[in-house]
Amino acid sequence: MNKVFHVMYDDDDKLMEAASALVAKGIRVKDVFSPFPVHGIDPIIGVKRTRLGIVAFMFATTGTTLALLGMWYFMISDWPMNIGGKPSFSLIENLPAFIPVTFEFSVLCGAHGMAITYLLRNGTLPGMPATNPDPRTTDDKFVIEITTEQNALSAAEMETAIKETQLFELSIKDYE
Amino acid sequence: MEFKFEGRTKLITQILMGIGLIALIGGFMADGTDHHQRWWANLLVNGFFWFSISLAALFFYALNYAVEASWSALIKRCFEAMWHFLPIGGGVIIVVLAAGHFFHAHHLYHWMDNSLYHEYMVVEGDTIEFMDEATEGAVANPNYDHIIAGKQPYFVTWFFWLRTLGYIGTFLIFARLFRKWSLLEDEQPSLDLHYKQFKRSAVFLVVFAVFSSMLAWDWVMSIDVHWFSTLFGWYLFSGMWVSFMIMLNLGLIWLRSKGYYQEVSSSHMHDISKWMFAISMLWSYLWVSQFLLIWYANIPEEVTYYTQRFFSDYQVPFLITFFVNFAVPFYTLLPRDTKRNANFIVPVGLLIFIGHFADVYLLVIPGTLFDHNEFGIFEVALFLGFLGLYLNRTLSALSKAPLIPKNHPMLQESKELHY
Repeated sequence: MNKVFHVMYDDDDKLMEAASALVAKGIRVKDVFSPFPVHGIDPIIGVKRTRLGIVAFMFATTGTTLALLGMWYFMISDWPMNIGGKPSFSLIENLPAFIPVTFEFSVLCGAHGMAITYLLRNGTLPGMPATNPDPRTTDDKFVIEITTEQNALSAAEMETAIKETQLFELSIKDYE
Repeated sequence: MEFKFEGRTKLITQILMGIGLIALIGGFMADGTDHHQRWWANLLVNGFFWFSISLAALFFYALNYAVEASWSALIKRCFEAMWHFLPIGGGVIIVVLAAGHFFHAHHLYHWMDNSLYHEYMVVEGDTIEFMDEATEGAVANPNYDHIIAGKQPYFVTWFFWLRTLGYIGTFLIFARLFRKWSLLEDEQPSLDLHYKQFKRSAVFLVVFAVFSSMLAWDWVMSIDVHWFSTLFGWYLFSGMWVSFMIMLNLGLIWLRSKGYYQEVSSSHMHDISKWMFAISMLWSYLWVSQFLLIWYANIPEEVTYYTQRFFSDYQVPFLITFFVNFAVPFYTLLPRDTKRNANFIVPVGLLIFIGHFADVYLLVIPGTLFDHNEFGIFEVALFLGFLGLYLNRTLSALSKAPLIPKNHPMLQESKELHY
């Protein structure tokens, strides 16, 4: 039977201290739930750096390409439009006119793509079931989640280590 | 820890200064253009470029104080050292302006020609007397320029010099005060001094906002006197700011490799690189904003500025400058890791730095030398000479005070910066 520990703290400084102490004892922290981003917790619990930036770049590049392709088709290829006497038979010569739209479309695709990817990856799209162990982590409490499955230490050893920290509440559950 | 300015470093800056001096003398003699126009124009380019880097250092110092930024407390002595070129740069600009205005040694600024402002003239033998109203015996002045004459109230001698000396004087006063208080803080720990700098910095930013725009009109935009652009001041401001950030980043990398500033971490470098990236984008944004509206509106009096640069020998450098200053920082400085890696920052920084020098060069040269321009050994040598002079002044100022301020209230926070 595997056990999961949900250790709750009422202050982010206590959380940071506890996380450092637990990691120093060789305990692997599965996750931390907090109402706001706790600066500096990532390197302590060994969270890998986000790849969201790469995704954003890919979405934005897609936006740039789509915008240029679209404008080439609408304004140059399909129906050349004469606006203010600007060159209308060549994309490159008329490029300055398309720059604002291309820029905006890149931002639009980058921002929306990034937001949707983030929500999907976190499972927090509207209507998705909540995965945080305690609803109070959306208010003013912080929870560290530790499982026996990921750790070599026994449940009893981990419990003593956890109880040495300035915790607010501890819940231990069994899971398959 | 104090920086020691001696040995090979000092020698190199002195050799560079020597190259510059030879370039100044040799360039003046070899310059075949009318009134040594090429020599004066390049003096203005270099004087303004290096002056503007010092000015951006002063601005950035004030900005960090005014917004109570903590990360930069550790390296603020670098900003202080970097504005020590202000009096020399300002002096070069004053010499160039005065030589044109009072001695007619060159013709960089078309509006300095007194004959443009008067509609009529009376010719008696060799003397010509200009006048604004038709009197007896007066004939129409063929040199009269309606547009420039309309700008006379702004370009009238006393007002122009009041502004020019006013800008430089104000900057020097602020620079002196900031330096004085900063050194005083080392001796007497007091929060009062910090808040004094905080308040004066806010005042300086207001003054700078007005003066940085106006000096751009007066010294650079007035070269193309028929033309104007309302965002020109910000465009030059973003250029000087990014040049300063690059200089700071490269300087810190060099100082750290010499064993100084070991407290400065890659997080500080990351922050400076972010500035480099962000201000490069600001510069590109302003470049495009200025170009796009003029291109779209296609009004003859506005497009002259661009036809002079696009449909001439300047076309290739003009386009390359834009793409280097925009695309290179955009693609190389976007990821997190490159911002913290000196092996990336040094070549990219050098490339953009030269790009921004080329930008200033292309602001001045097409309007002063037109299609008679040559780019040769003189330009390169003069650039190196000013580089040596700038580094010499900066490093000698850096060696005169402890590298790390002692009693800055945010020093500890700056040391513990992590990202």
